[in-house]
Amino acid sequence: MLRFVVRRLLLLVPILLGLSILVFGWIRALPGGPAEALLGERATAASIAQIEKQYGLDKPIYVQYGSYLKTVATGDLGSSIRTRQPVVEEIKRRFPATVELAFAAGLFSIIFGIPLGFFAAKRYGGFLDHASLVGSLLGISIPVFFLGIVLKYIFSVKLGLLPTVGRISVLIDVETPTNFYILDSIIALNGEALWDVLKHLLLPAIALGSIPLAIIARITRAAVLDVQNEDYVRTARAKGVSPGIVDRRHVLRNALLPITTIIGLQVGLLLSGAVLTETVFAFPGMGTLLVDAIDNRDFPVLQGGILFLAVIFVFVNLLVDLSYAVINPRIRLS
Amino acid sequence: MRSKWHWMLLLLVAGVLALAGCGGNDDDEGTAGGTTAADTSGGDEGASGGTLVFAGASDPVSLDPALVSDGESIRPITQIFETLVALEPGGTDLVPGLAESWEISEDAKAITFTLRDGVNFHDGTPFNAEAVCFNFDRWYNFTGPAQSASASYYWQAVFGGYATNSAENEGLGDSLFASCEATDETTAVINLTKPSASALGALALQAFAMASPKALEEFKADEGTLDEETGFKPTGTFGTQNPVGTGPFKLESWDIGNKLTLVRNDDYWGEKAKLDTLIIRPIGDNAARLQALQTGEIQGYDLVEPQDVPTIEGDSELQILERPAFNVAYVTINHKVKPFDQLEVRQAVAYGLDRQAVVDNFYGGRGEVAKEFMPPSLPGYADDVTEYPYDPEKAKSLLQEAGLTLPVEVEFWYPTDVSRPYMPDPKRNFEAFAASLNKSGFKVIPKSAPWNPDYLGRVDTGKAGALNLIGWTGDYADADNFIGVFFQTQKPQWGFDNPELFSALDAAEVEPDVDARNALYEDVNRQIMEFLPGVPYAHSKPALAFTANVKGFQPSPTTNESFASVSIEE
Repeated sequence: MLRFVVRRLLLLVPILLGLSILVFGWIRALPGGPAEALLGERATAASIAQIEKQYGLDKPIYVQYGSYLKTVATGDLGSSIRTRQPVVEEIKRRFPATVELAFAAGLFSIIFGIPLGFFAAKRYGGFLDHASLVGSLLGISIPVFFLGIVLKYIFSVKLGLLPTVGRISVLIDVETPTNFYILDSIIALNGEALWDVLKHLLLPAIALGSIPLAIIARITRAAVLDVQNEDYVRTARAKGVSPGIVDRRHVLRNALLPITTIIGLQVGLLLSGAVLTETVFAFPGMGTLLVDAIDNRDFPVLQGGILFLAVIFVFVNLLVDLSYAVINPRIRLS
Repeated sequence: MRSKWHWMLLLLVAGVLALAGCGGNDDDEGTAGGTTAADTSGGDEGASGGTLVFAGASDPVSLDPALVSDGESIRPITQIFETLVALEPGGTDLVPGLAESWEISEDAKAITFTLRDGVNFHDGTPFNAEAVCFNFDRWYNFTGPAQSASASYYWQAVFGGYATNSAENEGLGDSLFASCEATDETTAVINLTKPSASALGALALQAFAMASPKALEEFKADEGTLDEETGFKPTGTFGTQNPVGTGPFKLESWDIGNKLTLVRNDDYWGEKAKLDTLIIRPIGDNAARLQALQTGEIQGYDLVEPQDVPTIEGDSELQILERPAFNVAYVTINHKVKPFDQLEVRQAVAYGLDRQAVVDNFYGGRGEVAKEFMPPSLPGYADDVTEYPYDPEKAKSLLQEAGLTLPVEVEFWYPTDVSRPYMPDPKRNFEAFAASLNKSGFKVIPKSAPWNPDYLGRVDTGKAGALNLIGWTGDYADADNFIGVFFQTQKPQWGFDNPELFSALDAAEVEPDVDARNALYEDVNRQIMEFLPGVPYAHSKPALAFTANVKGFQPSPTTNESFASVSIEE
């Protein structure tokens, strides 16, 4: 197991190196540079040349990449061209928001996805099964931003139940040392703030969690159907084990492996989906940071932000792989 | 292993219960709705003035007036800082700001400001002539990254160079600014290196707002580290947490990404702000801004999309406010491309563009047809220029007079992936123009490019066909900032050389007498529409939205509105 972890961590190096080249190249392949984005109609050949020189964008791309690599290696991701603030600071501020959102969305999709799939399988061919199939198809097909706008229209504009933008009401002041607002409001023992943060989280989490929910429900259904007809399940039933125990110990447990894999894969979806969700809900996380950075052609923010998310993604995948061994002892990691 | 799994299940169940608990509360109590409503009414608690929450499209870049040129930064800066000369609320006429009066010298090379007495910065230090000169000297002596056009853009636009131009800025040449003298406590003289009458109007720009010298030094406005690889990192906090001016509001806190909180300056020298607190928050998405206004999470927002106007107008709880036009959309004609060097052909283009239809159909009721290259609200606008109403037959006969066989092929460019205030929907503008030109003896060859940078670069360098769509939003209230920018020198975009026009614009720029200057600009406008370098087609009036109970907001053409007069009614 230790060897497995070490090998995977070592593999990170070439992966990140390749990724940084991709990101670096892709960003520079975008039409337009920071100078034009900042100045618009006012940009002149002289002012563009001047800004490019200031940020070293006039040098050959391999020279730029070389010096970029040098600074990244020291843990410095540079400064935003727009706000002149260190990229690391921006990420520190924004990433906890995305984690909170992705976690809430993930929780939502698991909590509703697994039971939905399970009961659909138990009522195979019945109304619930069909309803869940149609529901999950819808869940997968409706774009996140559209679902977000519809949810806001129903629950906020029409019913006035939930807020539509941001992480916390602007009228509530709470110290945010960790930038995880749930944690911060608990630390501050501020119930009002906690309640407000949770309310701000609910709709974005549902919007972002809808696709993973649909996928998890479908995979759960398929896995449960599969396992249900296995010999050992029939044997257990024949033995007279109570249906509840059969479902829990034999069916669900064995169906969990493909479900875990799928849940692990959702992390990528949650992170990329967060970009759209955050935009719709003006949620100040990594998504809105990156979208703004694309609009402003803010190269250092884009590079740093994407690279950071990639590292997180790779680590989460490693954790998912490790969790296999915990769930199913038959799997030996080597 | 089994017990581990039980633990996980337990955790899951706990999670379900917790979430179900939240959901239940939402449905049953109905207090959640109360909270969103409280967002609106919450402001009315406490002192008289209340709290207004306003949404912009993104966070400010910085709150240091000298280092920004974007609207999101200028909005809070306008509340915190003030300029020597100001614009009358809602208009473009110069009125006293921190200077009670001013005088331009005979030779237009010196401006003497008489300053308001008894004005203090938020930190208690006095505003005086020394402070004025401290600020001018600071701007003039900018070095390194502060000299970037992305930072001190307006200094470059108005004053040109710096005390010492950095290597990247050699092209800027000598500065228009010579020196600043504090002759006594309330008299400051700005000396210029050459005559200019437009500099005065430019000083109403927030970029030339007066900051507290003490705060600039204490919070290290100009200090930072410059690393070749990672760019400039400011080490001071003047632009982020400690901007100190003389304005009706003070900065309380700026929580980047969440909110910027301004509170009333109770020691303000003039009429004090009505609101206790003004909160500005970033909401990038248009639909999200509108929904937040509908739910009462915000009480106002900027940059209303034309398609949202009917929704807002149809809601009795909301209101739309309109800014006077301060922009122009126009069709460039490149005179280098034959036969567009001929006046008749350019006239045919003007007669062949159905501008009324475009304005009626694609500006959401917030546009007007442009007669000339600057908006009607600006001094120097001439009402009696030559006009070219849509007339396909006349266009055809003009082309025939020019000895051309119909149809005349013309490459016509438009930008994609963009919406500008003066041109909300370039593609549809283009399509309508192409159709009307095709009826007028032309054969349009459509060409397009993504706005940034391909399109802008092409237009700038004269590589965007014979015709292209483009426009301009004014920076400050001076004719020079429109027609001076377009036509004062030879430019690849237009491809013409018209010394008579260039010298007329030079003369108008330096005329110190206001009335004489306006008359000169009116003449230039007549001359331009006679010469027809291109065809102006629209001015648009950008809109803001508020909840109906917000009173006293005065929309300004230059968009730098003060919230001091704004109040919330019960």
